[in-house]
Amino acid sequence: MEILRTEGIEKRFRGVQALRKVDFSLEAGEIHALMGENGAGKSTLIKVITGVYPPSGGQVFLQGKPVAFPSPLEAEKAGISTVYQEVNLLPDLSVAENICIGREPRGRLGLIDHRAMRRRAETALARLDIQVDVAESLSSYSIAIQQLIAIARALDIDCRLLILDEPTSSLDENEVRELFGVMRKLRDQGMAILFITHFLDQVYQVSDRITVLRDGQKVGTWRSEELPRVEMVARMLGKTVAEAEAPVDRNGSAAVGEPVLEAHGLGRRNMLYPIDLDVRAGEQVGLAGLLGSGRSEVAQLLFGVVPRDSGQLRMKGRLLPQRFWSPRKALKAGMALIAEDRKVTGIIPDLTVRENIMLALQASEGMWKTLSRKRQQELAEHFIQLLGIKTPDGEQLVKNLSGGNQQKVLIARWLATDPQLMILDEPTRGIDVGAKAEVAALTRKLCVNGMAVIFISSELEEVARGCDRVVVLRDHRRVGELNGPEVCLAAIMQTIAGQG
Amino acid sequence: MKRLRFPVRYVPFAATVAVFLLVYALGICNFRNFGSLRVFLGLLHDNAYLGIAAIGAEMVILSGGIDLSVGAVIAFTGVLIAKLAGCGVNAGAAMALALAAGTLFGALQGVLIARYRLPPFLVTLGGMFFARGSSYMISEEAIGILNNPVIMVIEDRLQIAVGNRGLTLEFIDMLYLALLVIAVVFMQKTTAGRRVYAVGENEQAATLMGIPVARTKVMVYTLAGFCSALAGIAFTIYLKSGNPLNCIGLEMDAIAAAVIGGTLLTGGVGYMIGSFFGVLVLGLIQVLIMFQGNINSWWTRIIVGALVLVFIFMQNLITQLSNRRRI
Repeated sequence: MEILRTEGIEKRFRGVQALRKVDFSLEAGEIHALMGENGAGKSTLIKVITGVYPPSGGQVFLQGKPVAFPSPLEAEKAGISTVYQEVNLLPDLSVAENICIGREPRGRLGLIDHRAMRRRAETALARLDIQVDVAESLSSYSIAIQQLIAIARALDIDCRLLILDEPTSSLDENEVRELFGVMRKLRDQGMAILFITHFLDQVYQVSDRITVLRDGQKVGTWRSEELPRVEMVARMLGKTVAEAEAPVDRNGSAAVGEPVLEAHGLGRRNMLYPIDLDVRAGEQVGLAGLLGSGRSEVAQLLFGVVPRDSGQLRMKGRLLPQRFWSPRKALKAGMALIAEDRKVTGIIPDLTVRENIMLALQASEGMWKTLSRKRQQELAEHFIQLLGIKTPDGEQLVKNLSGGNQQKVLIARWLATDPQLMILDEPTRGIDVGAKAEVAALTRKLCVNGMAVIFISSELEEVARGCDRVVVLRDHRRVGELNGPEVCLAAIMQTIAGQG
Repeated sequence: MKRLRFPVRYVPFAATVAVFLLVYALGICNFRNFGSLRVFLGLLHDNAYLGIAAIGAEMVILSGGIDLSVGAVIAFTGVLIAKLAGCGVNAGAAMALALAAGTLFGALQGVLIARYRLPPFLVTLGGMFFARGSSYMISEEAIGILNNPVIMVIEDRLQIAVGNRGLTLEFIDMLYLALLVIAVVFMQKTTAGRRVYAVGENEQAATLMGIPVARTKVMVYTLAGFCSALAGIAFTIYLKSGNPLNCIGLEMDAIAAAVIGGTLLTGGVGYMIGSFFGVLVLGLIQVLIMFQGNINSWWTRIIVGALVLVFIFMQNLITQLSNRRRI
């Protein structure tokens, strides 16, 4: 029996098309997984269904009747209960209040009956086999328990459709198993469950059907057993399996030298499971994985953007301290990071090309050692030529350059500090095809000159084409490594899917 | 399932009570009569209007906002009542009118903040100038209402004898205590009160939990306007005059009382009863310095300033502690 249907759902945010004509159907008594990369539109679709956002077009039907909820409260009243990504609860209120707020039991004079509220909370938690002191504040429990409390809240109302947006991201394996047990029990009672996760294993463990979204569009819906994993990954990435298996044309590798970076057990709780990674001089190592698999996290932990809580780092054999590890120290140790979103974390649009190139060098030299204007101009000219930055001269404002040339300015900025290890996080995002090729050629050239490069990209072809070695991440873990001749698009995708 | 023995959320409040007891003990040890009922009643009487204002301020802070218009609204209500009474209007009616005006004023601020998503700091800053300016429009000088019959009835009749040594609990003291009890019950036991906490703690989560955020905010600022106007009435009865210069910067005392009372400035954490102790601590420090006699009375402000800093440090520490456990 169909419980929820969407027809032609559209959602635009300030001109950005987040959802495009999504037709989607959900039946009672099924666990339906919604899959897609980050930004594919999963959370947006849910928020449209539950009334957080009004749709820009299309219609939602609940049990055949058209509905448009003005707020999540109305969706709840109609029997749609949602547990949103991240724990969206109130840490300083009690567990009981977190479960009951907005629908507290009331006693005499319309005042809240705290005792009844505690009882109700205990009942709701007992359904999930959790025993906690409901009078205690939420923040005194672990994230995993908080997540289960959020689910208990969702089940506290009489709901027919339960939406779980990444409910397992903070649970350990046992807790996940318990949660799945509860989900199956609810399904067998006839509840419809819409389940979003980026953990591929979990999808196959628990879901009956799978819908894949990509770039705001529905790719399709399959019964879980009819959609092999590799095919699902290919669908999420917008490729066919045949395309993926086409041979990759690779440039010759550079001579590989001494290890530059050796990381052992690098990790941080709730961010990245400890991984080992080493990069040699003249080697380009790719980090591959779906969005949200932990690629950027590796870069951030290496460069000290976020402090790591485990792991040893060595640069050229020298042990780097864990305490107070910061980008400033990483820079001193010879690392450079070109961060993900150049508009936000890199380029300063209102400064000139020369000034943008000088920034990192000036910062590493300290406040008092100023570089003469002449020296600056020489350096700027040098890099403009070296990287082929298309600009009339160094005094052009960076905002007037194209995306690809802005990216080159950013690379020049870090090259000026003469790093031994360059980490490029999505260096080719948002630039055109020609510029992508140039950036790829450039990183290749850096390697040939003896630099160690870590290359992160969501374009798997780029990784496959340019890298000597590819480390594959899935669900914030390192799940495999491909070496030399093994590096090809199909192999990377197989490894991502977990069948490598 | 890791748990702390003593919930972190009680720490600021426990610290407030501890500071209160400490200051009180300090006074009792050093000065005769400091612990007497007379001193305590005096303390209550001198700070009743501040207490009423602090209730409003605390509610706003709990909702994650701030109200800078408190002092100006007090001055405005005072001048309005005194002026109307001077023109022959019944002072009781004038008070009712002033209360309505203050409440409406608060509601308007709330609508601007909630409906149009304007920052509370700026909206209430504008409100502050508006109310202060308006009180000068009514009168540029202080207006006394010493011989007003209504005020005299309030002063002479509406009081309860405490003990048998001629000590009394005055009308404004009762007003404050009654409002405090109502506010405590409201914030702890009603759905509307709990929504204030939810909105203050995490607006986005509150929205997703189906709480009417905008409506809650309008309510909070409306009640804050009501409290400011009521504080203005109490202050007018206390001084028996209205003056456009009154209570400049009083909102800061109210905020300080809330902070010393254990309310987190980021919203969502604190107990209404805390504002009571916060106000008493502020008053006690003043009394202590008065008893000392030979210290410059401005030391009060310096000590209050230091206390506020200490409390903010403590809150910061607590927030960090609980964040660390959450990661």
